[in-house]
Amino acid sequence: MLEIRNMDVFYGDVQVIWDVSFQVKPREVTALIGTNGAGKSTTLKTIAGLLRPSNGGIFFNAEDLSTVPAFQRIDRGMVLCPEARRLFIEMTVEENLDMGSLRGRAKQQRRQTKDMVYELFPRLKERRRQIAGTLSGGEQQMAAIGRGLMSLPQLMMFDEPSLGLAPILVREIFEVIRKIQADGTTVLIVEQNVKQTLAIADRAYVLEHGRLVMQGRGQDLLNDPHVKSAYLGM
Amino acid sequence: MIKLEIFLQTLIQGLLLGGLYSLIGVGMTIIMGVMKIINLAHGELMMVAMYIAYVLFTAFQIDPYFSILIAAPVLFFLGIALQKYLINPVLRVEAIIPENQVILTVGIGMVLANLATIIFQSDYRQTPLSYASKTWYLQDYWKSSPVDLSITAPWLVTFLVAVLITLGLWFFLARTDMGKSIRATAQDSEAAMIMGVNVDRMRVITFGLGSALVGAAGCLFIPIYYIYPDIGGQFTLISFVITILGGLGSTVGAILGGLVLGLFESLTATYVGMGWAPVGRFAIFVAALVFLPGGMASLLKSKRMK
Ligand SMILES: Nc1ncnc2c1ncn2[C@@H]1O[C@H](COP(=O)(O)OP(=O)(O)OP(=O)(O)O)[C@@H](O)[C@H]1O
Ligand SMILES: [Mg+2]
Repeated sequence: MLEIRNMDVFYGDVQVIWDVSFQVKPREVTALIGTNGAGKSTTLKTIAGLLRPSNGGIFFNAEDLSTVPAFQRIDRGMVLCPEARRLFIEMTVEENLDMGSLRGRAKQQRRQTKDMVYELFPRLKERRRQIAGTLSGGEQQMAAIGRGLMSLPQLMMFDEPSLGLAPILVREIFEVIRKIQADGTTVLIVEQNVKQTLAIADRAYVLEHGRLVMQGRGQDLLNDPHVKSAYLGM
Repeated sequence: MIKLEIFLQTLIQGLLLGGLYSLIGVGMTIIMGVMKIINLAHGELMMVAMYIAYVLFTAFQIDPYFSILIAAPVLFFLGIALQKYLINPVLRVEAIIPENQVILTVGIGMVLANLATIIFQSDYRQTPLSYASKTWYLQDYWKSSPVDLSITAPWLVTFLVAVLITLGLWFFLARTDMGKSIRATAQDSEAAMIMGVNVDRMRVITFGLGSALVGAAGCLFIPIYYIYPDIGGQFTLISFVITILGGLGSTVGAILGGLVLGLFESLTATYVGMGWAPVGRFAIFVAALVFLPGGMASLLKSKRMK
């Protein structure tokens, strides 16, 4: 579904992603793990089109995305729930959801999809007229996921969805992601919560200093000695 | 009784002026919100619209209020052209002066003012309208009214049209997908991009829209004022004050800011002296910077928190 080939990414003169290649298979949960500053967010932003790779290619459903501007990638069926949520904080919850369905089929089905999102997150329905900036962290994350879902994505990318949430909410978010995958959406997730992430991941890649150093099935990585000592503190 | 009458009349006049100010300020404000630049050619764009309305009136006897239908679209495309071919290229280069786009807008304003001087000379011009001095008095309608208040036709029409356009803008921004996309671009352009907003296009459209709004304001000003090529500068200043007063980029803030400024200027003119209105404008500007750095928008917000 998504294939990254030999990707290099720079910020100005500084290279932060080095020759990264990986694949996301349809209907799977693929995880990208790594320490702070490893380049996980950079990778997702590049896939979303906010950054351009200086080398290598990104292919989505076999289409080369190098000439597809960021704002058209959502039409192709991919959406990013960015790091720190990035809601439109002066808009209401409902307006934020509308922003996820600006184009094409997503726009036609806005009403139905919104009902589905409200069913998934009843809290959002209660607060649909509330300004997004005044939501709690957990509610904001739900709104951000809801906004992404409004685009009817084939591939949903999550950048640290559990960031700053209490353990009970973390579990809830992971359950939601699991549900999203069960409904047929492919998931690419970046997380610091390595244990929980690997537990739901079909496939995982480990990124260190901008390079892929390891890959495997989620369960296998959970038992890997390097992963255990570096990421699980065991 | 006379005192009360003067006071009420001053408030009415301030409100009427404020409605127009809101429209002038809101154009600069949406450009500020989306592009993060202050368009210091804003008043000069208004001046261009005024001369369009003036020429349409003298050549074809088209009423200035109808000229809005011509001048606003012309200004829309003028704004788009300025943004696309002058401001955008400058936004992209790294320059020694960080705010060079703003300086560019000053340059654009100067060029427009000078072109107007070349074409129209620096004469003061007016459009003599048949209804210019038509006035309604309260006591004509309500005989036993304790105070007699008056309102002139052009002022009233100008105010009503300004309010109508401002409401239209509000509806557009609040209810339509394109309006929401413009607001989203102002709040977080990267997130907007991810959600499928063509951010570059929104910037261009916003600049056009802001110019069209002030263009409409220019036509509304014609029936109540006279024009000369350098008139733009004072309106650039006025919209700047309103934008600051409103809280840099808040539309509702700008609307309130316009009303407050209109009322304040009117009060200054009545109680301090005609020539003092600009001083009042500066006073409120400085006061806003010192005491209300977040503008009206921050007041609205803190209220919402409670
Ligand atoms: N806008 C930027 N300009 C310059 N360098 C940047 C920028 N954003 C990130 N970097 C650098 O790129 C590297 C990778 O950053 P990135 O945000 O992708 O890491 P990350 O894996 O997501 O980390 P975290 O887990 O802390 O979110 C870091 O060294 C960071 O300092
Ligand atoms: Mg990150």
